[in-house]
Amino acid sequence: MADNKSESKKVSRRKFLVRGGLGTIGVVAIGTYIFRNSIRREILGTVNSLDLPYTDNTDKPMIWFEVTSENNILLHSPKVEMGQGTFTGIAQMAADELSVSMSQIQVIHAASSTGNIDSFATGGSTSISGLWQPLRELAAMLREMLLKEASRKMNVGIDELTIEDGILSGNGKTMTYAQAAEGVENWKVPDTPVLKSLKEYKYIGKPIARVDLDAKVFGDPIFGMDAQMPDMLYGAVVRPTKIGAKFVSADIKPAENMPGVVKVIVEEDFVGVVANSMLEAEKAKDAIIVTWEGYEDLNTDAIFKIMTVGNGKSTIIQKHGDALDKQDGIETLEFRTPIGAHAQIEPNGVVASVEGDSAVIKISTQVIGLTRKEVASRLGLDVEKVNVIPTYLGGGFGRRLHTPHAVQAAVMSKAVGKPVKYFFSRKEEFQHDMFRPPTHHIIKGKLNAEGYLDGLEHQFVSGDVGNHSALIPDFLPPIIGADIGAIRGGFIQYTGIPNFRSVYWHVSLPFATSWWRSLGLLANTFAMESFMDEMALKANKNAVDFRLAQIGDDSIGVRLKNVIKAASEKANYSEDIANGRAMGFAASIDAGTPCAQVVEVSIVDNEIVVHKVTVSLDPGLAVNPDQIRAQCEGCVIMGMSAVLYEQMYVENGELQPTIYGPYQMALMKNAPKEIDVVLLQGKDTPGAVGEPPLGPIGAAIANAVRRLTGERLTELPLKLSKTM
Amino acid sequence: MEISFTVNDVLQTVNVEDENTPLLWVIRDILDLKGTKFGCGKAACGACTLHVDGEAVRSCSYAVKFVQDKTVTTIEGLGNRENPHPVQLAWVEEIVPQCGYCQPGFMMATAALLKKVPKPTDEDIDNNIINVCRCGTYYRMRKAIHKAAEIQAEKDTNESNMV
Repeated sequence: MADNKSESKKVSRRKFLVRGGLGTIGVVAIGTYIFRNSIRREILGTVNSLDLPYTDNTDKPMIWFEVTSENNILLHSPKVEMGQGTFTGIAQMAADELSVSMSQIQVIHAASSTGNIDSFATGGSTSISGLWQPLRELAAMLREMLLKEASRKMNVGIDELTIEDGILSGNGKTMTYAQAAEGVENWKVPDTPVLKSLKEYKYIGKPIARVDLDAKVFGDPIFGMDAQMPDMLYGAVVRPTKIGAKFVSADIKPAENMPGVVKVIVEEDFVGVVANSMLEAEKAKDAIIVTWEGYEDLNTDAIFKIMTVGNGKSTIIQKHGDALDKQDGIETLEFRTPIGAHAQIEPNGVVASVEGDSAVIKISTQVIGLTRKEVASRLGLDVEKVNVIPTYLGGGFGRRLHTPHAVQAAVMSKAVGKPVKYFFSRKEEFQHDMFRPPTHHIIKGKLNAEGYLDGLEHQFVSGDVGNHSALIPDFLPPIIGADIGAIRGGFIQYTGIPNFRSVYWHVSLPFATSWWRSLGLLANTFAMESFMDEMALKANKNAVDFRLAQIGDDSIGVRLKNVIKAASEKANYSEDIANGRAMGFAASIDAGTPCAQVVEVSIVDNEIVVHKVTVSLDPGLAVNPDQIRAQCEGCVIMGMSAVLYEQMYVENGELQPTIYGPYQMALMKNAPKEIDVVLLQGKDTPGAVGEPPLGPIGAAIANAVRRLTGERLTELPLKLSKTM
Repeated sequence: MEISFTVNDVLQTVNVEDENTPLLWVIRDILDLKGTKFGCGKAACGACTLHVDGEAVRSCSYAVKFVQDKTVTTIEGLGNRENPHPVQLAWVEEIVPQCGYCQPGFMMATAALLKKVPKPTDEDIDNNIINVCRCGTYYRMRKAIHKAAEIQAEKDTNESNMV
């Protein structure tokens, strides 16, 4: 790891808040204004001072750390933990700069009342990279403050004091952080201290076990679904099964007198029921007769017809050299990907309590600020009076980037004057997901006399990802251009090709499509890397060599080449078929992180079987290599599931299927028996991890199948047309 | 009606309006044991797996009337931090969970498998561990299941030596 002293000099000074005398919980709390993550910066760079859904509260300092009287550290995380391992990474960062042991750090979700609210969302693979600098600075700041106070109280010079495990020693005396902080009224806030060198870190860079491991192995009640409040009732909301159906009116009489029913609530836009138990609420909900309007009799074919290149509005997102205009020798392939569901196992759920002019919301959410703002706005409350308490998420994957159910639960709570718990049924999860949009791609390429590409063009169409989502208000897309989510992975990474362009077409569908882990990356890389493989075959070149020869020499190009080489070497990539197995190769860049994968595939009973996947990833500095490996393994399996099995369809105006099984997903028997991860470090700061490894898997499998069977599969999910 | 059964070594009597109430909701909402999860309500994902008389059962689709006088074990009773079950030890050793929501179901299914097949092959695992994990932890789970079998075997040997 490189020394990072130079980078810390550039840091601007932060304004800190210090609060003492926290009673029994803590003895000192320290906070600062929040960092701005890259997506938000991208947006704000273009349009400052607009009313974005997450900009409130950035003028108030935020609580990050508390030193407890037991000499432990409470770290209030503005990022939520949804499996990606962020809590562990930030605990490592804080422990190292604070000079405490891992066991002294307890990471908790920051309630919105602490003021520590993420400026955008937990997502986009930005948590560790975004917190890397500000969190270590904050921790170092707290350490320096405690050091100063200890020096004063112990009457020992600062230079004579050493710190280990939160205990200061010098001149034969010792003092804990808690003792140093106790009773201090006027804290001296130093300039941002120089951070430790990477060599001095005990935890950063090490495969530390997850901090939430025990809670998750012993079944602790940590999820939104497990949340409770005293005297809590249960709510249910009637949801339409048809796409586009809007609530008109409801006959609630049949439900009102059913057992356990407390109240049926009819609002302008929904009808809900509150009962003593979940099952009673569900039964009463089914008895309500609702009139809907505005739905259409759609089917999948109609959706795919809309989702075709040439429809909608186009934006050139990348252009170099000339367009492909000569028809001679141009190779064309078309690709399609289906509607994908999030299918996270924990349904969306919330417990809301509205009392007088304030509300408390316990919820699995990726957007604490947005959840709070929407509840406040609907109920006419001051946002400061709404306390959103995030829980652990039973999977996020982008599904919890909007939480209108929090608003509904709050409305129901207000109506009955008690806390209300409300969560989706599995059928509602499947029919009211914000899906991964279907896509269509037309890719054209022309080989030169040497068998390399002279020109390459990617035209693709996708439904909304960022556009029309709650996080990107409708006035933004015309200003920021193409849908920032749909174009992920849509760029041509072979910038050594003389002429290339990428053109994005945007179409909105009649149902919600939105953020799904890795956004456009899964579909775009499937199409692009399948096409590249076909071109390599056409040119009679090795698929790896063909790629390496056409990548530019800028820094990301060099890093991409390095992961390609590392993966192919580790896997002994070969184009020979051995023991009925073929290898497939693909690579991608996402959010600045290059990834290459080699898969070994065979066909058993006309089914594609993935035996082994070799992943090479360059996420920059690895804060926790074990969790990065876990993310690679998880992305490979979730990606396999999406490209081999998963698809939603539309029949008679309804999204189907509505249950696992019919919505086929990878199971234990489908998962590769071997996943080999090689981590490279091509830059000295942490980069994106949680999504980039989802890129290559689809094309890598399709490319292996092509080599095994001669068939080029161009649609997801990948299905063999012939019987082998 | 009243139904009596043992949950994690404690005799419980619950009063339910409907004897067909799924066991899951009795466990979660009446007995307040939240480790057993709701995932789908149709026995399709396995998040709600617990043991009834040692057998793995998907409790979201198992009427509470069927547990009268029987013994139920949930993740909280499988083992705890002081006395973890071999499956839990293996899960910790392999750092299996990501989001963690489906994991209790998988651990309960694994513990039931190990009782019947103390040293499962990959094929045994494929055929018997059929829950759904969205984070894709299957790769580590498989390693953890093999490890749990080893830990269990070691424990059994030690215990028989003590006798």
